[in-house]
Amino acid sequence: MTDKPKTFPIGGIHIDKHKITSHKPIIDAGLPEFVYIPIKQHIGAPAKIMVKIGDKVKVGTLLADADGIVSSDIHSSVSGEVVKIDDIVNVDAYYSTMIVIKVEGDEYEASIDTTPSVIKKITAEKEDIIKIIRSSGIVGMGGAGYPTPIKAAIPEGKKVDTLILNGIECEAYLTADDRLMVEHSEEIVIGAQILAKALGVKNIVIAIDENKPEAIKKMQKASAEYKQISVIVCESKYPQGAEKQLIKTITGREVPSRKLPIDVKCIVQNVGTTFAVYEAVQKHKPLFERIVTVSGDDTAENPQNFRVRVGTPASFLIKKVTKHPSKISKVIFGGAMMGLSAVNMEAPITKLTSGILLFNTKDADKPRDSACIRCARCADICPMGLQPFAIATALRNHNLDDLPKLHTMDCIECGSCSYICPARIPLLDFCKLGKLEVRKSLKK
Amino acid sequence: MLKISTAPHLNAPQSTQSIMRDVIIALIPAGIVSVCVFGLSALIVILTSVAGCVAIEYFACKKLLHCPPTTWDLSAIVTGLLLAYNLPAGFPIWMTLIGCLVAVGLTKMTYGGIGKNIFNPALAGRVFLFISFPVEMTTWPRPHLFDFMNTDMQTGATTLGILKHLDAETSATALTHGSTSEQLPDYLNMFIGNIGGSLGEISTLALLLGFIYMLYRKIISWHIPVYYVGTFFVLTSIHWLITQSPQAEILTHLLSGGLMLGAIFMATDYTTSPMSKQGRIIFAVGCGILTYIIRFYSPYPEGVSFAILIMNGFVPLIDKISVPRVFGVRRKQW
Repeated sequence: MTDKPKTFPIGGIHIDKHKITSHKPIIDAGLPEFVYIPIKQHIGAPAKIMVKIGDKVKVGTLLADADGIVSSDIHSSVSGEVVKIDDIVNVDAYYSTMIVIKVEGDEYEASIDTTPSVIKKITAEKEDIIKIIRSSGIVGMGGAGYPTPIKAAIPEGKKVDTLILNGIECEAYLTADDRLMVEHSEEIVIGAQILAKALGVKNIVIAIDENKPEAIKKMQKASAEYKQISVIVCESKYPQGAEKQLIKTITGREVPSRKLPIDVKCIVQNVGTTFAVYEAVQKHKPLFERIVTVSGDDTAENPQNFRVRVGTPASFLIKKVTKHPSKISKVIFGGAMMGLSAVNMEAPITKLTSGILLFNTKDADKPRDSACIRCARCADICPMGLQPFAIATALRNHNLDDLPKLHTMDCIECGSCSYICPARIPLLDFCKLGKLEVRKSLKK
Repeated sequence: MLKISTAPHLNAPQSTQSIMRDVIIALIPAGIVSVCVFGLSALIVILTSVAGCVAIEYFACKKLLHCPPTTWDLSAIVTGLLLAYNLPAGFPIWMTLIGCLVAVGLTKMTYGGIGKNIFNPALAGRVFLFISFPVEMTTWPRPHLFDFMNTDMQTGATTLGILKHLDAETSATALTHGSTSEQLPDYLNMFIGNIGGSLGEISTLALLLGFIYMLYRKIISWHIPVYYVGTFFVLTSIHWLITQSPQAEILTHLLSGGLMLGAIFMATDYTTSPMSKQGRIIFAVGCGILTYIIRFYSPYPEGVSFAILIMNGFVPLIDKISVPRVFGVRRKQW
């Protein structure tokens, strides 16, 4: 690969990456005493609960069944007894229904293949693949949580010619996808072929950003024997991993405003999701664990990449990386740019939690905002070509009619504007508020 | 208790204060040259102007706007430096203070302070002084390199002043034999700044150093200065090709007068320039055209301050017509 790394043409920022854990192998986090499994870990309707208090469950037992197309199955991540089904305060301070299981031993459902062997031959047929993906509760693990079975089948009248695997982890601190590609490149390549088979596409592109040389090497090696798979190196710029920006980078096609990737004949899947597809189809293992980076600059003495069972409380992982949790003043679920700041350390890991970041008091405080100096940095770096300052002004002046004209709904909420603003104006918050206002006016 | 906040949880290292600090650093070389060339009288103007601007901003915040003083964003110091750089050495202190009052008090704080003014404060202050005190504003002490205690208040003309009064017939002799009372300095002196003029505008070298520093620190992009100077260069060259007039001697125009100071430090002011790349180009080209028109078709030898102030007035309009293209939207409706 001597080519110059590819990237998207409008905007983008270069953030300090803090990839402290990129050389730390994935280790098993172990089993906590209790797991708290939310019945909604995806976009769409919460799943219907299939168990009751006192039920004995095994690893992989179905706990809750998808309620409709846009929903997802939830499986048990441990073996033990269901002790509580209740609304519990989640990471975002809202109550969500969780199934609490007291962990007893570690017994898997008999159907799950727990051997370490890699199964290359894909025997499942197209329809079976989609069925398995659905019954395994797989959702987009990059953070959006969009149910994967919907993206694995092509709707009538649409065509797809490229499957893009998103191996770009452009967020600060996170190395979960990086390590997954380094340690499980073969499985990811097989997973990609399974997805391609379901979609009926030939052309598979694996996109990785340039700051992951080991992952690039491993993925190139694993895909070398397949002509239809190519690895493309992208610039390590933020938000390179955003779907629309990635499609533009790889294919030169621009997803039209308010349209989906499928409208430009592309499907993008996160490498974590692809790995889960491999495990579901080849090893009959539903999605009940994932890789989580637990990191922090001086708050974590021993930052790690963990393989974590869904429902594990964050505090269980935090105890493993630091002996001095009193130093921690902010806990972030996800990356430092788009992640959610947690209200308590007991909140559980879900299928979408790519990282737990621990900030000290100094980093936790957000600086006070001051007057806009019209430097236009927010507009210069917006990857969607929006003018965040104008959206903020429209809201401040109550010119709500201006919001649609400013294409507020096209905001991908990457947070680059708030990051870059020298006056520390929370521009992303204004954009989110603007989107709410536009939605409100549409409902009228 | 955990602290919570909305995303993103990181901030770029640059803040308003650090940006202003970098602009001040970029302005230092030009200040040093002015003190080397004009001596203490230059330093007095600079210190008065900075102190005046900071004090006026502080009192405007405290007594008029009743808001926490914005002194620490350092923008008043930048305005003070830029105003001083637009004044001749030995300019009376009380007049400098009036300039500060117009610049910060009238042009900046009455609009609501930093980021809200329409016109560049330092330029507005300069133009006010220029119109009110034309004699003092055009009393240019002669350059005396490294003579810091220079008290010889003998005055001369600025390079552009000389150029303006050259005419085609006498030009050849004027340039070579010095038959007129004032002679054009050579290019080297113009480049390093050993010439008459306002404090900050004399040394192209010092201003270019500041420009390179600001580019390196990503404070400004190259667009406005390059398009501004480029437009002026093209128009003046065409003028020279057609008329062969010595007044259109392009290097003298580039190396002297307020063009470099204006293009690098004044036209690039965030608040009074457009928000999009396209808009900034329109703005800079407009500044270039106006500077050319004023320098060649008006009685003023200098046109930079007026050109930039006029274009400042067009910024809201330019912002309206130069909206960047939104991803996934074909440009059609403006």
